[in-house]
Amino acid sequence: MIDENHLHADPGIESHHPSANGRRPLAAPVAAGAGATPLQLQAARTIFQKGAPGRRAFVCPPLDVPDVDIGELLPERFRRTQPARLPEVSEPEIVRHYVGISKRNFDLDSGFYPLGSCTMKHNPRLHERVAALPGHARLHPLQDPERAQGALELMWSLQGALAEVSGLPHVSLQPSAGSHGELAGVLLTRAYHEDRGETRHKVLTPDTAHGTNPATVTMAGFEVVKLATNADGGIDIDDLRAKADTDVACLMLTNPNTLGLFDPNISEIAEIVHGVGATLYYDGANLNAVMGVSRPGDMGFDIVHFNLHKSFTQPHGGGGPGSGPIAVSDRVAPFLPVPVVVQRRDGSFDLDHDPEGGAGSKSIGRLRGFHGNYGCFVRSYAYIRSLGGDGLKDASQAAVLNANYLLARLKQHGVAEYLPLAYGELCMHEFVLSGGPMKKDLKIKTLDLAKRLLDFGFHPPTVYFPLLVEEALMVEPTETETKETLDAFAAAIAEILREAAADPTIAQGAPYSTPVRRLDEVAAAKTPVIREALD
Amino acid sequence: MLATIGVGSLQEIFDRQIPEAVRLDRPLQLPDGLGEQDVYEHLRALAARNTSVEDELSFLGAGMYDHYVPALIDMLMERSEFLTPYTPYQPEISQGGLQVMFEYQTAVSELTGLPVSNASVYEGPSAVAAAGYMAKLHNGGQRIVVSAGLHPHSLQTLRTNAHGYGAAVVEVPLRDGVTDPDAWAEAIDADTSAAIFAQPNFYGAIEDAAALSASVRTAVAASFGAEGAGFARPSDPVVVCQVDPITLGVLKAPGECGVDVAVGEGQSLGNRLDYGGPSFGLFAAREEYLRRMPGRIAGETVDIDGRRGFVLTLQTREQHIRREKATSNICTAQALNALGGVVYLTWLGRRGIVELGELLLARTHYAREALASIDGVEKLHEQPVIREFALRLDADVAAVKARCAERGVNPGVDVHSLSARDEDRGVLLVAITERRSRADIDRLVEVLATALAAEREAIGAAGTSVVA
Repeated sequence: MIDENHLHADPGIESHHPSANGRRPLAAPVAAGAGATPLQLQAARTIFQKGAPGRRAFVCPPLDVPDVDIGELLPERFRRTQPARLPEVSEPEIVRHYVGISKRNFDLDSGFYPLGSCTMKHNPRLHERVAALPGHARLHPLQDPERAQGALELMWSLQGALAEVSGLPHVSLQPSAGSHGELAGVLLTRAYHEDRGETRHKVLTPDTAHGTNPATVTMAGFEVVKLATNADGGIDIDDLRAKADTDVACLMLTNPNTLGLFDPNISEIAEIVHGVGATLYYDGANLNAVMGVSRPGDMGFDIVHFNLHKSFTQPHGGGGPGSGPIAVSDRVAPFLPVPVVVQRRDGSFDLDHDPEGGAGSKSIGRLRGFHGNYGCFVRSYAYIRSLGGDGLKDASQAAVLNANYLLARLKQHGVAEYLPLAYGELCMHEFVLSGGPMKKDLKIKTLDLAKRLLDFGFHPPTVYFPLLVEEALMVEPTETETKETLDAFAAAIAEILREAAADPTIAQGAPYSTPVRRLDEVAAAKTPVIREALD
Repeated sequence: MLATIGVGSLQEIFDRQIPEAVRLDRPLQLPDGLGEQDVYEHLRALAARNTSVEDELSFLGAGMYDHYVPALIDMLMERSEFLTPYTPYQPEISQGGLQVMFEYQTAVSELTGLPVSNASVYEGPSAVAAAGYMAKLHNGGQRIVVSAGLHPHSLQTLRTNAHGYGAAVVEVPLRDGVTDPDAWAEAIDADTSAAIFAQPNFYGAIEDAAALSASVRTAVAASFGAEGAGFARPSDPVVVCQVDPITLGVLKAPGECGVDVAVGEGQSLGNRLDYGGPSFGLFAAREEYLRRMPGRIAGETVDIDGRRGFVLTLQTREQHIRREKATSNICTAQALNALGGVVYLTWLGRRGIVELGELLLARTHYAREALASIDGVEKLHEQPVIREFALRLDADVAAVKARCAERGVNPGVDVHSLSARDEDRGVLLVAITERRSRADIDRLVEVLATALAAEREAIGAAGTSVVA
């Protein structure tokens, strides 16, 4: 029997309404065209459906060189005959169009974004300002190194800071994103073993791993072997011992893992992995929990990737750009991508494309063009200089405090009965709840809860990950959220569960107030329409 | 907050979870934190030690170009609604970003003449490597045939990746500045998974894309007849063309040339230089590759009230669903940079991209002829060019560049420093964007001529170059 009273509206704290914007969320379905919100009334029209023939924004610079017949410059067989049907619109139309559709986005500057494993921390505007300085933003990547000394010094300093945070001395900034850093790491592992004359085929990944880990393993030509999770949420040591053999090239691990738990057996894990001659890879997605607290290098890891767009505040951009530098131990350093940033004896900086000895001397090669996502380096370097060493530690401590506080607040509301913590008692920077009891007792799924949170003005947590937790809900509040925000979010979850206890159809039909409501993803995948049809 | 958690101190939360042996028992050895103003001054001072394209007359290119970026792109890319969201996993509150992806896909599809585009990949060279991987998934071939006209970074990135996914990279040389058609046809065999060339190629030459594509089909048919008799060949090699999208207003679209997959660096479309990134990579293909493409794809659908909307679709290709069976490990791509790209294309418009392409063609032709008339300079090849071209100097390129730099001119890229090919010693790659006027080009001609003359004189006097 469901007892609504188990869910406390506001346990002993000041009264406030659980919605993020203070307004009561829409509880009843809004039919199309009747009582719909203004955004819902605006039909989605793409830029290709706007404008008129001949309308334009661009004014081409005048032809200031002799007018030569195009046929002489470019034979007809190379010339385009069918023009690309790009829009024909004026500048005011472009601005109004994109500003208009921007309002159909939720964003971090507007509200709480407790998306697990994504570290949606505040993006200081200073970083945009300094990244836009012409000396950074308008610097050509093939400028002679002696005339790019500021950029190379910045990269050198950022590498030093990342080495210190990770406890691994050699850094390459080249990978474009976390997944790209993972690929770099596994290719480094391959090169390391090949250099020793060994051919290994398997890479171990826990069943809690981010999907990028196994996907990367396949792309780098290895076979994935899954490791089980023990009752405490860590690596099952017996399973590891059974599977760790000399055909294993690497173990890829996240610590704290995707359950938000620090694996207390990490030293033993490292010993087992190194004992069979394999490398230990650290997925840095959860580094925000341990900066200045514990270092992957000290835990025994050989390779780590950073997500500058997570721990180091590069804005996520709606899905990129990111940046995924890697740091490695001495034994892996010779295989790092080239070029490497070096400091010459006179104190100047340079790019070494073919180092003799040391980092990059037996390089795996390039992973991309030029030097990596420098614009992201500028922002993350500015962040590190703003916070300093102590500030980075403060950030991690506050992130862990916020996560544990939010977890405790949810318990105070009685939420744990329906959304119990999947593993452990405390957590690091994030925690994973199971929506299993909620689904059974309140008849709403984690997806329903997530969609109803949208009506309350919150971005939902990560849902249905990690896969081994039933109806998983993965919550990462980050350090830049206030106690008031955490309280309001906990209250909203309690409110939604209370509402579901009375009438589950409300959450099942949510959201109601968003620009569009639940979308038919099955139809989208079945008959893909992935571009505008033009006449 | 601690009382709510039920712990006595913040330290206790850590002590109960992290074994002492792996706790860092000292402060991080990093500089102390600074206030906003001081960070700004520090970053400004670093910027001041870089010579940007605003600080000299620059003809640098070779993969990234100083095209004009309209102001509205800065404004839109800095909007919170585009700058600060995550990947659109919750489509109901991400319609803006998803619609941008859909529009971007439409624009790239139009530009390349290929029916399907993803929502972007990291950047150009890794897009080439991704196309190689997709080809291997598609037909299982073990060899990737590449033209030596590919950008050296693309070649190197492809080699790095192909070593991992187990494909051999076979390089086909150039002849007269373009991919040698005979060597190209000979290199294709029944085990070839992909055949990759660049348009225009790294040395600026326009390739005969249609002929290269056609010869892959012919060569494989011939090769299969000889070697593969009795076997059912799954499919032909995937023909991949690395494009520069800004040239596609005037150059024949890859889709019209028989190309299967078009990839490329998107920076020239409204993205700033940023010392090499972030930018975005294009990835467009024929329909049959749709379910093997890497990266995010936005698709159109309706909500439960029948309103038009957009979602991330075909996610069963992707790592978060398919894990080790995913078609790629890519997740975060370059949504914000791709926004810059589609806004730029919209700003140029249907006619603008043609006008801009024709202007580039005319100015590039003018610059090439004027520079090639300098004593000690000759064209590397006679092929048509559109926005960039290679010259052979009778002097050391680095030394000549240093002399030009003294007069505030950066004449272009020292090709040997990128390609490390012996035959590229003395080769200068010159890029002409719409930001370089006839007067700028005339100045380059004068400065380069003077620098070359001075260098010759110095060598004549000293027996070797006096400029380091």
